[in-house]
Amino acid sequence: MFMCLGVPARIEELEGDRATVSLEGTRRRVSVALTPDVKVGDYVLVHAGYAVAVVDEESARETIRLIEEAYGTLEEV
Amino acid sequence: MELWKRFKDPALAQKLLQELKGLCQGSSQRPTLMEVCGTHTVALSRTGLREVLSPYLDLRSGPGCPVCVTDDSDIDLMAEVARQPGVIVATYGDMLRVPGSYGTLLDLKAAGARVQLVYSALDALELARENPRDTVVMLGVGFETTAPVAALAVQRAASEGISNFLMLSLHKTIPNALRALLAENSRIDGLILPGHVSAIIGEEPYRFIAEESGVPAVITGFEAVDMLLGIVELVRLIVAGRPEVLNAYRRVVSPDGNPRARALLEEAFRPVAARWRGLGSIPDSGLALAEPFAAYDALQALGLRRPEARPPRRGCRCGEVLRGLIEPAECGLFAKACTPHSPVGPCMVSSEGACAAHYTYGRNG
Repeated sequence: MFMCLGVPARIEELEGDRATVSLEGTRRRVSVALTPDVKVGDYVLVHAGYAVAVVDEESARETIRLIEEAYGTLEEV
Repeated sequence: MELWKRFKDPALAQKLLQELKGLCQGSSQRPTLMEVCGTHTVALSRTGLREVLSPYLDLRSGPGCPVCVTDDSDIDLMAEVARQPGVIVATYGDMLRVPGSYGTLLDLKAAGARVQLVYSALDALELARENPRDTVVMLGVGFETTAPVAALAVQRAASEGISNFLMLSLHKTIPNALRALLAENSRIDGLILPGHVSAIIGEEPYRFIAEESGVPAVITGFEAVDMLLGIVELVRLIVAGRPEVLNAYRRVVSPDGNPRARALLEEAFRPVAARWRGLGSIPDSGLALAEPFAAYDALQALGLRRPEARPPRRGCRCGEVLRGLIEPAECGLFAKACTPHSPVGPCMVSSEGACAAHYTYGRNG
């Protein structure tokens, strides 16, 4: 119920403050009342039926790049 | 590999683990980190990270499970609401099985009380619309992630003139609870901050942590790579003696959070002191309905008073677990008198509770 789902959902259709999203291969209806500027094709995080944040793809790529380039270069213990 | 799947990528997790081992090398004592959020508690156990990390880190669970931190007196208050004639109680599922002085809400339902499971406060508003002759009372439990939707429900009730909908707002806010916690538990070296609460409130409300307590804190996501990245950043700050607040979940958490959700919280609620299991009453850590929505306040409308705070249930050490003072297995009831099938305290009831997570995924899990 209160659990935070870490997997982003893709906005497929928008109708007012309701949206159809695809999430891990399934489609479901969520509310976008808390993320009013969302567009079709955006990725959102869903919490208890509500999109609570739009996921920024560029930031995601940057984080992955950072880990690939800057981490794990220390010698193994 | 698809971008989002990279956050589960074992190769990236391995790199971060290597980094962590390097950072911990040479330090005589394992740093004590607290995962504030209940979902982190479950995710660390489910992914096996808790066990993998245990040689390097002492991971403690915190007060971020909404059902767990609900005080016994508030559970009794919910039962009192359920016993009012003409009332339908709308509640999230996790709350149904938490034992209070009068049994659980499920017991009351079996005895004839009208208790209805809902997934959001707006479902409760719908229930009120469908049952115009009854009063529907939403049991408002949860943190900054859940409260904006409750705010939306109250605003809609007001704008649509639905007068048989009431809110028992027991919503809680995280920052001041962290302040109280750090004053109480001086063993914590770093905080793993909740991802989605932060997606709502942003980075600013946590600044005091580093300034006041000298404890670093990192906003962290929920996938294995996210959690390891947050932990690496946190340990790096601890080792360097730099008490800062960092954001390791940038793709989701923007510095000022979710402005729409924050505006809803400010319009519909006002900060009040709240009772937290294990932490007692904490100033400005709860949300009561703001003045324009006072007519929707269940306490006022039903003429109920909050019962006195009561001592914890005999033998249950949930309060100490929530402060990170003990591990679940250190409680005498754990896995004996208290199991998910017959829970004594809320930390074993809620799927997000530390006791339930440790029980389900193994004593060290």
